[in-house]
Amino acid sequence: MVARTIPSHANIRLLAKKNLGDLLEVLGRWGTVYAPVEKQPDVYTFAETTDLSAIALGYLRTALPPKRFMYPPEERLYNFTLSKGFEEPPQSEDRQILFGVHPCDIHAFSILDLVFAGPYPEPRYFKRRRRTAIIGLDCLPDVNCFCYSMDTDSVERGFDLFLTDIGEDYFVRVGSSWGEEVVRACKDLFTGLKEGSIEEYKRRADARSRMFESHVEMSDMPQIMELEFSNPLWEELGEKCLSCGSCSIVCPTCYCYDIIDQFDLKGDSGSRTRRWDSCLFKEFAQVAGFNFRQDRSTRVKLRYYHKQIAFVEEYGRSSCVGCGRCIETCPAKINIIEVLNEIRGKKVMSHAG
Amino acid sequence: MLAERIDARVDPHKPHLARLIRIDPMVKDHRLFQLRFEDPKLNDEFTHKPGQFVMLSVLGVGEIPVSLCSSPSRKGIMELMVRKVGRVTSALYALRENDFVGIRGPYGNGFPVDDMKGKDLVIVAGGLGTAPLRGLLWYCLDNRAEFGKIALLYGSRSTKDMLFRSEMESLLNRDDIQCLLSVEKLDDEEKDTWRGYTGLVTDLFRHLGEIGEDAYAAVCGPPVMYKYVLEELLNKGFDKNRILMSLERRMKCGIGKCAHCAIGYHSSVGYRYVCIHGPIFTYWDATNLPEMI
Ligand SMILES: Cc1cc2nc3c(=O)[nH]c(=O)nc-3n(C[C@H](O)[C@H](O)[C@H](O)COP(=O)(O)OP(=O)(O)OC[C@H]3O[C@@H](n4cnc5c(N)ncnc54)[C@H](O)[C@@H]3O)c2cc1C
Ligand code: SF4
Ligand code: SF4
Ligand code: FES
Repeated sequence: MVARTIPSHANIRLLAKKNLGDLLEVLGRWGTVYAPVEKQPDVYTFAETTDLSAIALGYLRTALPPKRFMYPPEERLYNFTLSKGFEEPPQSEDRQILFGVHPCDIHAFSILDLVFAGPYPEPRYFKRRRRTAIIGLDCLPDVNCFCYSMDTDSVERGFDLFLTDIGEDYFVRVGSSWGEEVVRACKDLFTGLKEGSIEEYKRRADARSRMFESHVEMSDMPQIMELEFSNPLWEELGEKCLSCGSCSIVCPTCYCYDIIDQFDLKGDSGSRTRRWDSCLFKEFAQVAGFNFRQDRSTRVKLRYYHKQIAFVEEYGRSSCVGCGRCIETCPAKINIIEVLNEIRGKKVMSHAG
Repeated sequence: MLAERIDARVDPHKPHLARLIRIDPMVKDHRLFQLRFEDPKLNDEFTHKPGQFVMLSVLGVGEIPVSLCSSPSRKGIMELMVRKVGRVTSALYALRENDFVGIRGPYGNGFPVDDMKGKDLVIVAGGLGTAPLRGLLWYCLDNRAEFGKIALLYGSRSTKDMLFRSEMESLLNRDDIQCLLSVEKLDDEEKDTWRGYTGLVTDLFRHLGEIGEDAYAAVCGPPVMYKYVLEELLNKGFDKNRILMSLERRMKCGIGKCAHCAIGYHSSVGYRYVCIHGPIFTYWDATNLPEMI
């Protein structure tokens, strides 16, 4: 297990649960608050609200990840006219506050940061990133969660405030100067640590670690995947996969995109739009006269190899945060936990830990 | 947090307006476009390495990667050779001289010209493959003293399919480059005047003179050509690390983000985006990337 540094006490506060509604209301004055709500039975989404009674505090995972707040599914990159060329439409400057983001999704943002930085940083993404505050919230895993294996079950940074349920209070970690500003502005809502709060925090962290049912051994995974490049499993997955692309859409770290140009009706101006794409779609690697990934198995395989090896090589970690969304959503019941375990030669899949 | 440290003021997706100042039809469905940025400052600043490419936008239609086929040694000239194959290229063909397109770049690694200096160089081109190689060829010829022997092997189906024919034939008159041209089929009316060979580009290797042990080769052409050309080069003793080729993949961003151009994995080479790690790869890379050729 990776060592978790509990920040120095100056960065820790308690928030009585009964004060949460007031905090939300105050947050609403600082920006637009998006929080998890139950849209349909058991289907959660981040929606604009500061109304505590509407917020599903115990949600496990939203159907769509919060990546759309930094990187929308579709966004206009430019308007153009034949005389003036390409002009970027103005972007809102207002602060958005994401409330109730779980550790895996906070890690996912750090991963997207790496992608959108690189040799050619993407200004739209970072503009949004800078005007977005993140209030994290802890959670308890189900069988599709394997963040524990992906080392994303807890976070040390990447949030402004992080709330952990310790009974009557939330144990609040302050992760940014903005977070501290909020705490200072709502002095009455927060208190210092109480006797036993740290013990309770640790006790719950331990209990939570033991709740993970699904495990994937990730050490040496890149080497093992390389050795298994010709494993017949990839063919089997290719036969099952419907190339629907859902796994990419729900993944908090998938970032492929397509770019589409359009003329307006008059024909002298138009727009260029960026849209989420999926490497599972057949046309993804099509070029003149040849498709580099004609069969589905090579495309399914690409998704795994990209996340578990290529990304590791480039950025030092896997781009999967173990959120379980792709498992929940796949119509063909392809399960990343099972796939990775099978590649490792472990027939016992989940419930192994 | 990383997000706070990133300086993202420059928008890497933004194309600059450029004017088509000259359009030359070459062979069927191949045209040479000469461009100039509307912003004179960009014209002064723009430079590239041979083998790099730009993203070319036809307004309202789309954006495609195209190799720069001019040499950075000819400052102020940007030339692109485009084959008409589909939507964007057809829309480009519908434009006239003085019309606008969008350009951003240059992108990609380009040929490792600094490493190539002082060494012999064999350029092998087939068909449209001359586009990225032409920039390299003129770069080397314009900096002739910095390179060892230079040979060009260029094969096409017939003289009518030859790109840059007069330019290539003019090289036959130079004694600082061995220029070997071949056509698979020679038209009757050319029988007496054709100064090249008939046959496949691989047949030209027979005529290739002595080549240094640390020589470089740069290859580009249709997929069918590679296998045989690479075999010839290995037979000649070329090191796989010094056989260079330009790869084409579908590209949307050109800047290592959209993931369209990603190619497969092997630990000794890794995983690559053609747009930023390529488009120039060594044969060694290619033999180690299962998805590469
Ligand atoms: C690094 C690089 C350098 C290139 N240099 C040149 C060049 O100098 N001259 C030139 O004529 N072409 C070049 N190409 C190929 C050129 O980008 C494609 O021909 C062009 O994108 C096709 O666009 P289209 O809209 O006309 O075709 P589409 O209507 O999109 O499609 C026509 C066919 O082209 C395929 N296609 C789409 N994108 C690409 C692509 N990026 N590469 C290959 N095929 C594609 C489609 O799948 C389809 O089969 C280069 C490609 C790359 C990656
Ligand atoms: S969600 Fe499942 S079926 Fe759909 S593309 Fe992904 S792996 Fe294939
Ligand atoms: S690959 Fe699946 S489990 Fe991993 S981060 Fe993406 S959606 Fe979550
Ligand atoms: S073209 Fe987008 S990553 Fe290479």
